[in-house]
Amino acid sequence: MTKLCTLSEAIAQGVHDGDCVYAAGFTHLIPFAAGHEIIRQGRKNLVLARATPDLIYDQMVAAGCAAKVIYSYMGNPGVGSLRIVRAALESGSVAGEEYSHFGMITRLQAGAAGLPFMPMNQTAATDLERHNPNYRRVTDPYTGVEVVVVPPLIPDVAIIHVQRCDAEGNAQIWGIVGEQKEVAFAARHVIITTEEVVDADVIRSDPNRTLIPGFIVDAVCHVPHCAHPSYTQGYYDRDNVFYLEWDKISESPEAVQQWLQEWVYGLKDHTEYWQKLGAETHRRLQVPEQLAAPVNYGAY
Amino acid sequence: MTYSASELMTVNAARLLRDGDVVFVGVGLPNLACNLARRTHAPDLLMIYEAGVIGARPQRLPLSIGDPTLVTGALAVCSMYEIFALYLQRGNVDVGFLGGAQIDRFGNINATVIGDYAHPKVRLPGSGGSQEIAAWANRCYIITPHQKRRFPEKVDFGTSAGFLGGRTQRDAAGVRGGGPQAVVTDLGVLEPDANGEMILTALHPGATVEQARANTGWDLKIAPQLRTTEPPAESELRILREELDPTGIYLK
Repeated sequence: MTKLCTLSEAIAQGVHDGDCVYAAGFTHLIPFAAGHEIIRQGRKNLVLARATPDLIYDQMVAAGCAAKVIYSYMGNPGVGSLRIVRAALESGSVAGEEYSHFGMITRLQAGAAGLPFMPMNQTAATDLERHNPNYRRVTDPYTGVEVVVVPPLIPDVAIIHVQRCDAEGNAQIWGIVGEQKEVAFAARHVIITTEEVVDADVIRSDPNRTLIPGFIVDAVCHVPHCAHPSYTQGYYDRDNVFYLEWDKISESPEAVQQWLQEWVYGLKDHTEYWQKLGAETHRRLQVPEQLAAPVNYGAY
Repeated sequence: MTYSASELMTVNAARLLRDGDVVFVGVGLPNLACNLARRTHAPDLLMIYEAGVIGARPQRLPLSIGDPTLVTGALAVCSMYEIFALYLQRGNVDVGFLGGAQIDRFGNINATVIGDYAHPKVRLPGSGGSQEIAAWANRCYIITPHQKRRFPEKVDFGTSAGFLGGRTQRDAAGVRGGGPQAVVTDLGVLEPDANGEMILTALHPGATVEQARANTGWDLKIAPQLRTTEPPAESELRILREELDPTGIYLK
């Protein structure tokens, strides 16, 4: 059964005010186009969960979509501060819930596996544990040693960008795989955005590369270049120039609103956004090909 | 030959790495230090990146920890859960690099808030992976400029554990890693004494004990055998400037 629809339809049907949204991707494959569509549709009071909020949540917080951010590293990766989320947390206009990366990702792992909680070894650093009541301790019944536990994170909606999938959402990812698979299995509703929609035969030719099976997917949106200014391995490069530019833009609330007007509200969709970036940027982000050696699955 | 403070720290951090080490690399100076070590005395250094990349051979300077150049030509890629569980928690990482806004007398690190957590003066990025790296890597190294505000007697917030209030306290917590083994600054090197207190064990050429003490927020002890580090060699500087950071993003 095909689940193909436009990104606008997928967001309209799948993302509701007050939802917990997890737009996945550790630096790689961040679904910016979906964040922009959520802004365009004016969603409010969202709980935005991501290990690294990155620019996508900076922009969504600036647009007034968020009531809360759940995170484990709140910076502009490689550049510095994530100014808008930081200011919102400092002023208290947006609530924060903070973990270490391992705490955050262990919550997803528990959610994906249907477990009531998951243990981690102690780290001797206890300040975060004292400030976030979701961190608890239990005694290992086998050794009597205390371990730190966290509850499952079950987002209402996961948004996951992939290199390719078929119309049912059987999705293949390569490069940095972050938390994509865990988020898909943990969430109640899964939206896939993809660089390419391919025949099921292409997926079946390399099943080891399928991270997300179509039967847990609710919507499939064909959105080339969805991740810009993040990247898609083998398709286009990370736009580091924009990550540096955002550091300047986000110094001024007026400049941020102007940017949102020009690049989000003022555009119909991501196709227009990509065209507006222009040929120069397209060229700058091109990547020369480097193919993997083929593998033989055998004709059994 | 003249060199910048960043070059001095990077070269001295690189020299702490041993051939064959499995190292959890961070962006910025740690990334440069690891790549320098691999091109000099540690050709079999195995570089692991937090984004889930094992055995990376970056062909360009990565701006972010998740740059695509880390993946192309790497040995393996795994999920974020796996990098923390199978590699760090299981005890498969020899060396971790850490940074932070504050490092205290016992090597504890603050990367979370300046001031009170609920009402911070400054909100910092937070732990990322550093809480677990500090706990579970066999050895941890810290690279930071030597400034009084960065070296308080006690951190405002304990993001990552050094020796807590002394070595016995870290031992009692039962974490597997050995804790911070050196803090490399632009004045010299601090290493933990028997009690886990960070003391001055080496000065860079031209730096003085007075400078180090004046730029440390606690009563800095001086090791009985205070060493002087070898200045950066021309070959080390050439690799840094010509191969690793030709546009001077991190080394200015």
